[in-house]
Amino acid sequence: MNILNILDEIEKVDGEIYERLNPRRKAMKDFFNIGKKISLAALPLAVGSMFQKAYGQSNPASVTDVLNFALALEYLEWNFYNRALGLSSGSGYIPAGPDRNAITTIRNHERMHVDLFKGALGITGPDGYVQSDFDFTAGGAFGDLDTNYQTFLKVALAFEDTGVRAFKGQAPVLKGNAVLTTALQVHSVEARHAAHIRKMVRENVTGAGALKPWIAYTPNGNDTGVAAVNATYAGEQNTKILNIEITGINGQAVTQTQAAECFDEFLTGAAVKNIANLFIPVKKLT
Amino acid sequence: MKNLTVKTQSVMPVESSILEAKLERRSFLQYAGAGAALVALTAAGCKKDRVVVPSGVTLDFKDDFGVLNYAYALEQLEAAFYIKVGNNLSIFTNATEKAYFQDIQAHEVAHREFFKNALGTAAIGGLEVDFSSITFTDRTSVLGAAKAFEDLGVAAYNGVARRIVDTNYLVVAGQIVSVEARHAAAIRDMISDGSFSDITELQSSGLGAVAANALDGALTPDKVLGMASKFIKTKINVINL
Repeated sequence: MNILNILDEIEKVDGEIYERLNPRRKAMKDFFNIGKKISLAALPLAVGSMFQKAYGQSNPASVTDVLNFALALEYLEWNFYNRALGLSSGSGYIPAGPDRNAITTIRNHERMHVDLFKGALGITGPDGYVQSDFDFTAGGAFGDLDTNYQTFLKVALAFEDTGVRAFKGQAPVLKGNAVLTTALQVHSVEARHAAHIRKMVRENVTGAGALKPWIAYTPNGNDTGVAAVNATYAGEQNTKILNIEITGINGQAVTQTQAAECFDEFLTGAAVKNIANLFIPVKKLT
Repeated sequence: MKNLTVKTQSVMPVESSILEAKLERRSFLQYAGAGAALVALTAAGCKKDRVVVPSGVTLDFKDDFGVLNYAYALEQLEAAFYIKVGNNLSIFTNATEKAYFQDIQAHEVAHREFFKNALGTAAIGGLEVDFSSITFTDRTSVLGAAKAFEDLGVAAYNGVARRIVDTNYLVVAGQIVSVEARHAAAIRDMISDGSFSDITELQSSGLGAVAANALDGALTPDKVLGMASKFIKTKINVINL
């Protein structure tokens, strides 16, 4: 008796019920385990109880943790951009035109992400973090943040590249869950932001003329030339994926830097919190 | 039951494959309606292997190999496109644009070869592509196609990730999709500076993006393959999706 083929046939009849299983993989696993223990005659009853279990499930605590973590990062980003856009745009600080438009676009996206995660967590009150909760100079490491456009762009770049790595690192916790798809849809928007901020840095920051939209190889992973953000890029120099060396793979003309560029790396939650907490004096992420 | 399975398969292979082939939605409902569901299910359950003799390649989504082969197919398509672009790089007068396209070509070739190696003997064959709709001597045509490929690639990885069972493969998908998003943003900025993350357009292009929440595209494999089909000559059969 091959239960897989039976499932195939059930799916043909009602693929929608099958798709509604949430999280699907867990439900399937339950099903297979049940299938081992029961006879075919008892199957309809077992299917019924499995569906009930699947529908009745709410997000496990680990998923809520990820959502809260994501929300905190979005608070950080939104407040950073929103505050900067409120500063005087004199002396070329976020100059009007393409620069200001792009930062406004990114700021608005971060706000939508804040609202998205608040909604997912059922938070209807005020934001958990406000502007005064942050010190975007990181205790003075970026002391001229409010007057030097180049410094602003450097910090923005670190935030975006950190955000990309942060979401990537949480994907395993969300495996098989519908929340994973949404989180990845946020993740790739952050990557688009990162690519564009990299362009702005290349065009505006002294000495950054070779910066690419993707993270190039350097021995410590940090291709931005800003030593203060080394932690954001730790490990990006990796060129070996699942034990497969990407440089020159199968005799192809893939250089070391292209090999490092074509796979972004993840950061653990702990590493991201350490980075974010540099900008959070009191209400630190735990 | 086990004996019956063996007997059925050895004595009546032709008949049993016909039964399975005909067991589509409508006929199954008829069986079920006649109270013969158990018979139908038993027949299906006893059948050990699908008899599929397709032309082209088959993506079997029953496990992670199906997802990896799907990604392999998309990376084959992208790599083939950028290799052709690489043979016409003179259309880019801007040195940065030229360099970026050389990088992207290497990235997509690397992705393709990575999946080929990761899949080993489970890998599907090479796809035959059809780029007759693209004018490779025209920068605008190339940029438009590149944008379409990258945005679709992002939506493809975002949409399929939920099916991945093995955590290692899920992480790899995440490692690739953000690079595809960086490509998409860079190419979009070449077309129109500031369009790197135009979610409204991604939504109206049918990529599954949600402008109100600033969410990027996400599409299931059937939709992605439908959109990519005009660029692929090889027939792609999808089962167990």
